[in-house]
Amino acid sequence: MNEVPQTPRTIPDRLESPFRSALKSWEALLIVVAVAIFIANSFASPYFLNPWSLSDATFNFTEKAIIALAMAMVIISGEIDLSVASIIALASTAMGFALQFGVDTPTLVAIGLFVGLACGAFNGALVAGFGLPSIVVTIGTMSLFRGISYLVLGDQAFRGYPSDFAWFGQGYVWWVISFELVLFLVLAGLFYVLLHRTNFGRTVFAIGNNPVAAQFSGIRVARIKFMLFLLTGLMSGIAAILLTARLGSTRPSIASGWELEIVTMVVLGGVAILGGSGSIAGVVIAAFIMGLVTFGLGLLNVPGIVMSIFIGLMLITVIALPIVAGKLRQQTSGAK
Amino acid sequence: MRLSSLRIAHFHKAQMTQPCLSLSGVSKSFPGVRALNDIALDLYPGEVTALVGENGAGKSTLVKILTGIYQPDAGEIRIDGTPISLPTALAAFEHGITAIHQETVLFDELSVAENIFLGHAPRTRLGLIDWRKLRAEAQDILSSMGAPISPQTRLKDLSIANKHLVAVARALSIEARIVIMDEPTAALSHKEIEELFVLIDLLKKDGKAILFISHKFDEIFRVADRYTVFRDGEMVGAGLMKETNEADLVRLMVGRSVEHVFPKLDITPGALVLNVSGLSHPTEFEDISFSLRRGEILGFYGLVGAGRTEIMQALFGITRPSAGTVTLDGRPALARDPAHAVDMGIVYVPEERGRQGAVIGLPIFQNISLPSLRTTSRAGFLRLAEELALARKYAGRLDLRAAALDQDVGTLSGGNQQKVVIGKWLATRPRVIILDEPTKGIDIGSKAAVHAFMSELAAEGLSVIMVSSELPEIMGMSDRVIVMREGRMAGEFSRTELDAETLVRAAAGIVEEAA
Repeated sequence: MNEVPQTPRTIPDRLESPFRSALKSWEALLIVVAVAIFIANSFASPYFLNPWSLSDATFNFTEKAIIALAMAMVIISGEIDLSVASIIALASTAMGFALQFGVDTPTLVAIGLFVGLACGAFNGALVAGFGLPSIVVTIGTMSLFRGISYLVLGDQAFRGYPSDFAWFGQGYVWWVISFELVLFLVLAGLFYVLLHRTNFGRTVFAIGNNPVAAQFSGIRVARIKFMLFLLTGLMSGIAAILLTARLGSTRPSIASGWELEIVTMVVLGGVAILGGSGSIAGVVIAAFIMGLVTFGLGLLNVPGIVMSIFIGLMLITVIALPIVAGKLRQQTSGAK
Repeated sequence: MRLSSLRIAHFHKAQMTQPCLSLSGVSKSFPGVRALNDIALDLYPGEVTALVGENGAGKSTLVKILTGIYQPDAGEIRIDGTPISLPTALAAFEHGITAIHQETVLFDELSVAENIFLGHAPRTRLGLIDWRKLRAEAQDILSSMGAPISPQTRLKDLSIANKHLVAVARALSIEARIVIMDEPTAALSHKEIEELFVLIDLLKKDGKAILFISHKFDEIFRVADRYTVFRDGEMVGAGLMKETNEADLVRLMVGRSVEHVFPKLDITPGALVLNVSGLSHPTEFEDISFSLRRGEILGFYGLVGAGRTEIMQALFGITRPSAGTVTLDGRPALARDPAHAVDMGIVYVPEERGRQGAVIGLPIFQNISLPSLRTTSRAGFLRLAEELALARKYAGRLDLRAAALDQDVGTLSGGNQQKVVIGKWLATRPRVIILDEPTKGIDIGSKAAVHAFMSELAAEGLSVIMVSSELPEIMGMSDRVIVMREGRMAGEFSRTELDAETLVRAAAGIVEEAA
C-alpha cells in the first residue's frame, strides 16, 4: 500500500488568538482615531462637551450611516451602488407628491419604503439579471431617479409634512437620544448579524473574493446580488423618510452628493473598495468619526468647502498610513 | 541585428565552467513559514538547469526573488561574480533576467509585436516608437524561431502555446542572459511541448542560462543538463543530469522513496447511478452518451480542446446543453445551475483551481464549509464550531498541510489548495464527483494522496468521473475510459483493454490500418 510515512498532524483552528488579532485590526486603529478627534474637539470648542451638542452631532451622519451599512455589503460583494442619494430624492418626491392628496403618516412611510425597494429592485435586476456592471448601471440610475424628481418638482418644493411625520427626523426617544440615532444603532446591530453571523453574509464575502469560484461552489450569485441592491434601496428609502422628516420639505436637490460621502464612510471603515473584506463595526466607527469631524469643524466655524477638503485628506491619510507603515517595516527588516 | 547572435552560436565552451548567475545563502521567511533557507543555486550559460521539488518546496519563492518581486531576508545573488540586488522587477529585467510563466504574464490586448518589444521598442529620431521597425524586427525573431504567428495579431487571439512562443521571442529580443521557465509545459499539448524543446535548444545555442521548472520527469531528462533539488525550502542536492536517474531525484525530492504505483483498488461496479444520453451543445460537443455505476471511476481522455471540460460543466449546470437527457438514480437530473447540481449530489472539481475552485481570500475552513453552510448552520445563522469541526474532519482525511484552519487558502501550495477543493465537495456527501485534471501542476506527494483518496472514495461507493490528459493517470486510475475527439466520443475502453497506444490513436483520430 502507500508507504508514505507521515506524522498525523492536527491543524490548529487559529493562527492567533481572537483577542490579539482584534488588537491589530483596522477597527482598533479607527477607535484610536475617533478618541483622538473627540479629545481634540473638546479642547477646540467649549461648547462641544455638552449632551445636546453631542446629540446634534449625530444628526449629520445617521442618515448617511444607515445607507452605509447596506453599501458596505454591496461593496464587499464586489459591486457598488452610486444611485442611493438619487433614490432618496425620488422617494422623498413620491412622499411629497402623495402628501398633496392628504395621505396620513403611515402611508407616507410606506410610500418611502416602497419607492426605495422598487429603485433597488430596478438596479438589482439590471446588475444581477442582465449581468451589467453595477458602476455603469447605478451611474445611469443616479441621473434617472433624480431626473424624475426634477421633472416632477422643477424649482418647486413640497412642504407641509404632518408633525407626527416630523418626529422621525426630529424626535427624541429619551432625553438627548434621538430616534435617528436609535434606529441607526438597531440597524447596525441587525446588519452586523446579517453580515458576520449568517450564511447570507458569508456568501457575500465569498462572492466578493471570487465570484466565479463562488458560483462553482453552488452559490446563486445573481440572487444574492439582487438582494443586496434591494437592501441599499430599502435603506435609502428609510434615509429618505428620516431626512424629509428632519428638513420638513422636499426639493429635487435633496441629499445631492451623498453617494460619495457614503462610499467614503464605507472605505474609511476598512471595507476593501474592490470587495472581499470589511466589517460593520468598522463602518459604524467610521460614521462616528466623520460625524465628529464635521461637527467639530462646524463648531469652529470652518466653511463647508474646507470641511470636504479635510475629509478627503483624512480618507487618504487613514488609507495610506498602514500601507506606508508596512513598507517602512519591510525596508528596515530588509536592511538587517 | 540582434538575431545574428542566434544564428551563429558564437559562445565558447570555456565560458561554461563559470556560472553566470550564482545564489548563495539565500533565505526568505513569511509569517509562520520559512519559504527558503540558505539556498544555493548556480546557472551556467548555454545550459538548462532543472529545478525540481514538490509544491511548497520554495521554487516559486525563488522565481519571485530572481524576478525582483520578493526581497530575500539574507544571502547573496551574483551575476558573473559581481554581487547584485534586485529590488524591483525592472532591476531584474535590466540584469537580463526574464521569466516565462505557466500562465503567461503578457498583455492580452496588445499585439504580438508590442508584447515582444514592450519597454524596449525601437525609437524614431523624435523618440516615438518606430512601428515599422518594430514589426519587422518582431517578424524576424518569430520567423527565426519558426513560429507561425503574425506580429500584428492581438495576443488574446493566440493559444497558450503560441503565447509561450511570444514570451520566448521577448526573451530573445531583450537579450536576456537568464531565462526562467516556470512550468511552461503545464498547459501545452504533446506537439507543442516538442516545439518548445526545439526553442529551448535555440536559446541554449545562444548562450542563455535557463532555469527550467517542471513536475514532469520525462521533460526534465529530455532538456536539462543540470539539476537542483529543493525540499521544504532547502537545497538538498545538485549535479549533472547524466549522473542521476529518476529514482534518485524522486528520493531527493520527497526525502523518501515513493513507488509510483497507482493505488487503484479492484472494485465490482454497483448499480447504475448516472446516465447521460444524446447530450449535445451547438459548438462544443455532440451526441454524448455514457453511464456511470456506483463505485466506478470513469476516465475521460482526449487532447486539450476535445470538449471534455465543457461536457462536465454541462453536467454541473454551467454550460447549457441544447439536447440530451441526464438521469441520476433514474430521475431527470439536468442541472439548471451549479447550486441545483450540488443539491442533486453532482459536484465538480474544476481544472482552473485558482479561478474556479478555491475562493482565494477566504480562510481554509470557510472554503470547506461554503457549499455545506445549510448543514453547519441553524436557521440561517452560522455556527463556527460546526464549520471548524467539518473543516478539521476533511483536512485530516485529506492530510492537508497548513499552519491553521483560518489561514487564507491562497497561501497554500497548489496541491493543498486542491485538497481543500476536494474536501469542500466531500463534505456535501455527493453521489457523483467530477474531477477535471485533478493533479495538474501539483507535486508528486499531493498527487499520490489525491489518487489514493480517489480510490478510497470509489471503494466507499462514490461514483467518480476523472478528466485527465495524463496517460499514466488515466490508465492507472480508471475502471473504464471514454476517449473524446473534437467534441465527439471516439471510443470507450474497459480497464482490461487499456493500452497507451490505442488511447492516443483514438484521441488523435488515427484509424487502424487495414491488415
